[in-house]
Amino acid sequence: MGKRVGMEVAIASAEAAALCRFEVAAVYPITPQSHVAEHLSDIVNDGRVDASFMTVESEHSALSAAVGSSATGARTVTATSSQGLLFMSEVLPIASAMRLPIVMIIANRAVSGPINIWNDHSDIMPMRDTGWISLFAENGQEVVDMTIQAFRIGEDRRVMLPVNVNMDGFQLTHMVEPINMPDQEEVDRFLPPYVPYATLHPDRVVSMGTLGMPEIYAEAQKSKDVAIVNSIHVIREVWKEWEAQFGRKYEPIQSYRTEDAEIALVTMGSMGETAEVGVDELRKQGVKAGLLKIRLWRPFPFDELKKAVKGIKVLAVTDRACSFGGPGGPVFSEIRSALYDVPKRPKIVNYIIGLGGRDVQVEDFTAMVLRAAKGKLSEPYEFYGVRG
Amino acid sequence: MTEKKWPETWQEVNPGCMVFRPGSALEYHTGSWRAKRPIWDNAKCIKCGVCYIFCPEGCITEDADGYFVANFDYCKGCGICAHECWPKAIVMVNEED
Repeated sequence: MGKRVGMEVAIASAEAAALCRFEVAAVYPITPQSHVAEHLSDIVNDGRVDASFMTVESEHSALSAAVGSSATGARTVTATSSQGLLFMSEVLPIASAMRLPIVMIIANRAVSGPINIWNDHSDIMPMRDTGWISLFAENGQEVVDMTIQAFRIGEDRRVMLPVNVNMDGFQLTHMVEPINMPDQEEVDRFLPPYVPYATLHPDRVVSMGTLGMPEIYAEAQKSKDVAIVNSIHVIREVWKEWEAQFGRKYEPIQSYRTEDAEIALVTMGSMGETAEVGVDELRKQGVKAGLLKIRLWRPFPFDELKKAVKGIKVLAVTDRACSFGGPGGPVFSEIRSALYDVPKRPKIVNYIIGLGGRDVQVEDFTAMVLRAAKGKLSEPYEFYGVRG
Repeated sequence: MTEKKWPETWQEVNPGCMVFRPGSALEYHTGSWRAKRPIWDNAKCIKCGVCYIFCPEGCITEDADGYFVANFDYCKGCGICAHECWPKAIVMVNEED
């Protein structure tokens, strides 16, 4: 029945990949992901898994190597952060187009410039349209659980897509947290050996990554879109199975104290736990506050969102990334768009917060809610707490 | 020239656009792109094979007499063979002429 351990979350994510018996790890180290890279390397070096660790000269090579190894049928893991993810960007849509179930652990970090190694979501947001399933973890336990779930979801024959697991840099990666670490037998029961749809093998000839002429490119994109849109059914199914086996519940959008809520915050990632405390504080003051935490970013959970906002009058969406010159933060603009055709939709405001490692505290969440409740947001979006 | 048969609908596209039939690219005749074609003057040809080596399409072959010919199903008319040919035995002529 697993055991409760105190472990640094970055290390725990590598341990989770080891429990999945990965066969290839192709990783280039970058702060704050480096402990993932180092620990995956240790695990392979110590012979704890039957795997190769590929030392590569860049993130572009790391993901290219991952594509190659996944195409041969090896269960493949990689990990990166920030500039590293941007450097991988050319290969990201190729991995998904080739329908290779690579799992990528991302230690979310701000992108340059100015150069900043601390946490926000400006690395993953520009990559949201690359066809990867995107999960956002709130704490160390979710990082471990989602890493294991990611292999199961991505490798499902009805999905066949790469999956990234997002954990906030430092705020999660470098924290030592209490984690229920499943044991090998439990993970083996949950995650069967990977049976690829096709592999690069001389006995069964197949061409992968072929040219798509104008006559077929649009059909190829449509088929990829349908694959990721439909993957939500498998994700829900896998999460139900996970809950039945491990007792921890996962939902695309997790609601906190929203039953009678009139105003709700929306968060993604590690801020959810702080926001929960903020909601508790507001409740004590008599404010009917609640919280929606997005765990599944791609495919976007439209149905769950519409259900979750029922009865809510004001939605205060937080974003840890900017869309410069755009309609607001990416989470905000997607939520607003998703609710456009809902007749009784809430008023939706946007706070851009927690950029480049800026701390967001309980009183920030309470202040944001109280101000949003008064409808005092003068712009479509606001850089909360910015001096000036 | 036979037309390439594409999957008609997105539902027919293999996952990852994988192609399970070896050599199926042969059915796509890139020769239809050609605006100019290489013509060999065998009187000038020294049979060095530089055209064969440089052809990016790999569509030039050696005939029984040791001279070189292009397969016009695949020759795109890029002109690299003519450019590289030392004795200038290859000239590019317009398809339209």
